[in-house]
Amino acid sequence: MSAPQTTVPDGFNAKPVARDFSEIDRSTLKPPIKGPSALGTDFRRMMGLAWTMATAEFKLRFYGSFLGYFWQLARPMLLFGVLMVVFTVVVRLGNDVELYGPTLLLGIVLFTFLGDATGGAVSAMVDRENLVRKIDFPRMAVPISVVILASFNLVLNLIPVLIFLIASGAEIRWTWLELPFLLLLLGVLCLAIAMILSALYVRFRDVRPIWEVVLQAMFYASGVLVPVQAIQAKFGDTIERILMFNPFSAILQQSRHAMIAPSHPSALDSAGAWWVLLIPTAITLALLFGGFWYFNREAPRIAERL
Amino acid sequence: MTNQAPPAILVDGISKTFEIPTEGAHTLKERALHPLRRGQVRRMRSLRNVSFHVERGEFFGVVGRNGSGKSTMLKTLAGIYGIDEGAIHVDGRMSTFIELGVGFNPDLAAYDNVMLNAQMLGLGRSEARARFDKILEFAELGDFADLKIKNYSSGMLVRLAFAVMIQVDAEILLIDEVLAVGDAAFQQKCFDEFERIRDSGATVILVTHDMSAVKRFCDRALLLERGTVVAIGDPEEIGDQYLDMNFSADARAEVAAEIAADPDDEETSADRTTISLAGSVNHDVDRHGNQKAEIVDSWVEDENGDRVEVLTFGSSCTFAMRVAFHETVENPLFGMSVLTDQGVTVFEPNNLDLPPAGRFEAGSVHESRITFESYLAPGRYVLTPSVCKDESGLEWFDRRPRMHKLLVTGHVKTLGTMHPPFRLELTAATDDPAVST
Repeated sequence: MSAPQTTVPDGFNAKPVARDFSEIDRSTLKPPIKGPSALGTDFRRMMGLAWTMATAEFKLRFYGSFLGYFWQLARPMLLFGVLMVVFTVVVRLGNDVELYGPTLLLGIVLFTFLGDATGGAVSAMVDRENLVRKIDFPRMAVPISVVILASFNLVLNLIPVLIFLIASGAEIRWTWLELPFLLLLLGVLCLAIAMILSALYVRFRDVRPIWEVVLQAMFYASGVLVPVQAIQAKFGDTIERILMFNPFSAILQQSRHAMIAPSHPSALDSAGAWWVLLIPTAITLALLFGGFWYFNREAPRIAERL
Repeated sequence: MTNQAPPAILVDGISKTFEIPTEGAHTLKERALHPLRRGQVRRMRSLRNVSFHVERGEFFGVVGRNGSGKSTMLKTLAGIYGIDEGAIHVDGRMSTFIELGVGFNPDLAAYDNVMLNAQMLGLGRSEARARFDKILEFAELGDFADLKIKNYSSGMLVRLAFAVMIQVDAEILLIDEVLAVGDAAFQQKCFDEFERIRDSGATVILVTHDMSAVKRFCDRALLLERGTVVAIGDPEEIGDQYLDMNFSADARAEVAAEIAADPDDEETSADRTTISLAGSVNHDVDRHGNQKAEIVDSWVEDENGDRVEVLTFGSSCTFAMRVAFHETVENPLFGMSVLTDQGVTVFEPNNLDLPPAGRFEAGSVHESRITFESYLAPGRYVLTPSVCKDESGLEWFDRRPRMHKLLVTGHVKTLGTMHPPFRLELTAATDDPAVST
């Protein structure tokens, strides 16, 4: 390629003279641009953007109000307080479980994360319409930023859980180190769901009420309130095993085993056999790859469908 | 000498069709209940076979009316919309400014906004952080880094947004007309920045319906109508063609024939937005006054006495209004303000300096007529008729801001808003020191 040459007539602030369209040498052209995509060309830039979006949102939520952090804690804690009374005083279901209080609280906090990350993702694209319609950026940054924001809240919520756990007399064990890996796994699950929901909502606006109902059902059906020991005692091994099909339940059960006390069965114990755990693994992987495939397919057209 | 460097942008025969569902699946429920029904889709062709190129360092204008496809063009160039056919070749780092400070959040401080905006425009996180100080320095906002931007003045906001834009090192800038919305002072600031960008040698593409901006800044312009390129060339010529197009039946028929020949199109957005370029606005939200007198009608007449909304440059015309008096008033003033569509008052004829108008009885109806030679330059104007009493203080009887729009057409080459007849003389100045002896 020859050095850039422009026809510069003499004069003040002379501008290059435009060629005829047909005279342009096509061989020097760069490859044509592609439209918007899920990941863009630079993965690091996409992650950086997601991180910046999440931190900006986080600051908006907390810098405005002095009591921001306490309001953030209020919702899971109030729910915990009510359920604690119901299950230890009224129903007396939790009394057979070692450290039922922290068990319940851990379940609520992890479920709150699932709810924040997926519930927030539903309308994430539509809420950021002013960005999506006005600039070409990797669309995947949006669901990722929602999951990052939810994990900031998760970290904040886990602090009282740990305090409560230690105050209740649980011993600090090496297995606590499992928690970050389990949370990462949960984050991947949430991201998979977030991708699907955020892309789906652009086309179908009833995704929001549907997902709210699904979340509500999941809350009662995934062992947040009633630990597996109690379920096993009442309904037997088969139900306990089926419960482990749910990836969230499996992660929650393993977290309880690692964090609360060894008397809580691990996910493997609850499942009964290792191959049973292949089911939640398969579901997670299917959601992840299916979600990515769907999001990637929809990404180029999200801006015009909003 | 031929220029072998690739152009900054080459658009090669692009087409874009939107599919708009007319009925059917907007919800999962409907999808689930009628799995076999394929949603009816109306196809709307926004761009058809558009080709053009922009040389490095050019300031290129894309003009067209509402619904002509210019916004779609901008968004395809920016990579926000995918295209159906053709290709867009871009050589250099491109940044899009469809809006000033995309992602700016009024409740965040400058730092967060700059980080978000700069990353949106293509910088990496660490790059953005490294340039933050430079951006603030450039915007002359060093002392206000911690202030939430909702507390910034409009000027500060413009400076911040443009500072980011300049610091992302874009070689090609895509700028949308909506950048320059807002009050006249804000627009002026934006235009000042445009001038500066142009002088810095960047390639700029400005998408707008404002011909005056195109004439003022652009080296070349493209006229778009219903998704097709009507002409590419000198901004002055394009400007005349643009004004003509709104009134010439030929141009419309030409485009219509082209559209009829295109089987892939059922509707264009131009059909959906009924365009009234001139015509009365009559949104009387700003109407005010104490109703002692009422402007019951007002209009513009051409030299034949016909009511018009379009005037030819240089012809005689009359601003008329009919006023009904509900109370007896003495010496009222009748006036008509003429503003450009940018909001600058050009001309304000009234009877302030004339002998007192006398006594107007309650119940009477009078007509005021202001006749003059129209030396308003071709372009769009807005008219405000008013009746008032001006003694110790101003007392509006009735004032109807922006009641009319007026379009002036003609082939006058000027960037001014007025073009009265003048004389230009040339003499040889032999005594000037610049003259070599």
